[in-house]
Amino acid sequence: MHEMGIASSVLDTARKEAAKLPGARVLKIGLRIGEWAGVDPESLRFCFDALVSGEGLQPPSLEIEFLQRQNRCPLCGNVFALERFQIECPRCGAEVTEPVSGDELELAFVELEEP
Amino acid sequence: MTRVDVQQKVLSENDRLAGALREKLRDSGVYCPNFISSPGAGKTLLLESTLELLPRNTRVAVLTGDIQTDNDAQRLARYGFPVRQITTGGSCHLDARMIERALAEWKLESLEYLFIENVGNLVCPASYDLGENDKIVILSVTEGEDKPLKYPATFARAGLVIINKIDLLPYVRFDLAVAKENVRKVHPEVEILDVSSTARIGFDDWLSWLDSKRKQCLERSMAFVTP
Repeated sequence: MHEMGIASSVLDTARKEAAKLPGARVLKIGLRIGEWAGVDPESLRFCFDALVSGEGLQPPSLEIEFLQRQNRCPLCGNVFALERFQIECPRCGAEVTEPVSGDELELAFVELEEP
Repeated sequence: MTRVDVQQKVLSENDRLAGALREKLRDSGVYCPNFISSPGAGKTLLLESTLELLPRNTRVAVLTGDIQTDNDAQRLARYGFPVRQITTGGSCHLDARMIERALAEWKLESLEYLFIENVGNLVCPASYDLGENDKIVILSVTEGEDKPLKYPATFARAGLVIINKIDLLPYVRFDLAVAKENVRKVHPEVEILDVSSTARIGFDDWLSWLDSKRKQCLERSMAFVTP
């Protein structure tokens, strides 16, 4: 529901990067979206495409890396993807483990075509 | 072709504004909870009952967000505390800039509490930091007890979960124990309070929770006073 606003922030940030290189054009934008970021990647892609559809023959494309929710066990160091919200360590059975990924909503990279 | 590594949060501008608000709140010793729930879970009524039951000399102000209408602000203004409606005009959440604008003329240092009632929505408000101390997530017993599993992003960020409309339990198919188990699956250590705003159940615990948070914020602001 808020994906249009997020798509627009993504484009703004990418264009700011492009502006550092006068005349450069944004070819591709790389995003990292966590499973628990509260953002639907497909809906975001839809909004992004709608925003750039008026941009001539080669509008910027979007590459999304989707990150699973993962926790780390402080006792045995095991990093594991959460299944059915089970936060117990599947290796050593520790009850309390800490989130290491899954909250991301980050602009990872921008590919630019230089003038 | 050049590839630039950006590694920046998409909402970094919102986070920057929220960080500035958080500092201001901390320096002013204000406790600021951000109330989040689906539409109809009882945010406004919980706030109304809270305003009614807080000691008369409490210094509290309320910001309330909705897509349209100032109905909530009108309801909340009856208790005599300053209330401001933020009408988002279509946006499904509040963001830090809206809070900054709404607070422009208010002196934070004269407040003890700033309540923020977000737009009714369990998805989008989770992504937007408002500079609040805690997100308080309200789940009512007329909803499904699996809501925490459906909206883990929101429940995982909660500083407190309130289960509301608890007086209706005999009339609905809502398994309180299962609901709490589901909350704990996504957020094992979060505190959960059972409340009914209409039947005034659970308000002793709720008000003392608020009071202890207020005291913590006051102490923290004293610790940050620069000599």
